[in-house]
Amino acid sequence: MEKLPNDQTDVRQMLTGRESAALGRRLFMRYIGATAAAGVALSACQNELVDPSARGAARAGDVIDLGDIGYDDIGVLNYAYALEQLEAAFYMQVIMTPYAGMNGYERSVLTEIRDHEIIHRELFKAALGGKAIPGLTPNFSSINFGSRAAVLGVARTFEAVGVSAYNGAGRLLKSADYLTLAGKIVSVEARHTSIISELLNPMTTSFAGDDIVNPGPASGLGEARKPEEVLALVRPFIQETINGRTQPQ
Amino acid sequence: MNLQNILNEIEKVDAEVYERLDHVSRRHVFQNLMKKAVLGVAPVAFGSILNKAYAQNSAVVEVLNFALTLEYLEAEFYNIGTGRAGFLTGEAMTTFMQIAKHENAHVALLKSALGGAAVAKPNFDFTAKGAFPTVFTSYQTFLAVAQAFEDTGVRAYKGQAGRLIPAPDILTVALQIHSVEALHAAKVRYLNGNKGWIVNSNGFPAAVYAGDDVVVQGGVNLVGLTGLSMERVTEAFDEPLTKEQVLAIVSPFLA
Repeated sequence: MEKLPNDQTDVRQMLTGRESAALGRRLFMRYIGATAAAGVALSACQNELVDPSARGAARAGDVIDLGDIGYDDIGVLNYAYALEQLEAAFYMQVIMTPYAGMNGYERSVLTEIRDHEIIHRELFKAALGGKAIPGLTPNFSSINFGSRAAVLGVARTFEAVGVSAYNGAGRLLKSADYLTLAGKIVSVEARHTSIISELLNPMTTSFAGDDIVNPGPASGLGEARKPEEVLALVRPFIQETINGRTQPQ
Repeated sequence: MNLQNILNEIEKVDAEVYERLDHVSRRHVFQNLMKKAVLGVAPVAFGSILNKAYAQNSAVVEVLNFALTLEYLEAEFYNIGTGRAGFLTGEAMTTFMQIAKHENAHVALLKSALGGAAVAKPNFDFTAKGAFPTVFTSYQTFLAVAQAFEDTGVRAYKGQAGRLIPAPDILTVALQIHSVEALHAAKVRYLNGNKGWIVNSNGFPAAVYAGDDVVVQGGVNLVGLTGLSMERVTEAFDEPLTKEQVLAIVSPFLA
């Protein structure tokens, strides 16, 4: 395992400074370009994916309160914001430390997905304004970013869980505008699931497999999960502890 | 291949994957994630849920019948395509058999939910009054029409979601159908040589993609906010279509 360049601390300081989000990202992208050839360096960089423009970064061990998911649209939006932060951080890591044998098509697909997740994250952050939760710290220590099968397998799971989270959360939103907005996003997450499935298991039914779509003769339904189910699934991948209060569905 | 198998595959490729972990418990955490992901499709008594709710609200019946009409269209289209000897083979047959299974299931689900209020299946003309004369003889034409149907389906369900707020159980089911249409759409687009997501308002027929080139969401211009391109921002969101827009798209396919 190779080490990252020695200047990583300086880059990180730039990213967490006062630059605009766009400038911070540009620098970050340049940093990614410079280190792409360094190969996999998980332990060295896994803690550096805190959204550089987030409103105050959380710290490992903090408890983040999403508020009243199920009573309050702000809670639902923060729940979505947390999930989008996680997804964006995951794909940033994937592109920063590409798995062995990542070809040009795969890189372009995964880069586009990364950008979509960043856009979703930034939208929720902007929409929430002062009510946004802080930037979260991912914990990807259980993921082998050097392995194509591992990365695509986790990507498929994250996307499928994300879709199920939006499907389960739609009913909790009181505002039709927010419901429509969530609907605009969830279908793109499903598109991601499909294309990643195709990379992972080409020319099969995996794109809409029986493991993610109920194959029953009067079903054909995708997954829907309650927030507490989703939070239990993603908690191991976030250093802070994320909680939220929900009502029975 | 299910997700647990994928985990096993990971272990074959990278035998040390778990040794890299700080704690043995991580393995259990990860397996737990996979296991729950596999089991996430919860059994629901669809018919009884829907029947109970739709009786309270005629708007819900209207939305479900609108959805049923689209599902009839898709199901029959794929049933004909997959049933035509020698037309679809290999990956195409695998793909469209899976899609047909879901569309037929959606028809059965919606019909059982609506009971006596369900609209009858219309007669369809998949040439769209002669616009696509090779729809069941040319794979490229079939793919083009399939992509149009799937992307329309995604946008159509999205446009009706707000009307289902008073019936949360039905809203959830509609969202669960909606996300499956998006899974289909991306794979069909891939077979068609396109990206899985819609760029700007690019695509054919134009009416299917009209208005999908939106860069302002929730009052925020996301190109300005993120510094990313218009293409990337528009890919990240699927816009709704109104019922009228959807009917204009599908009406040529009604015989």
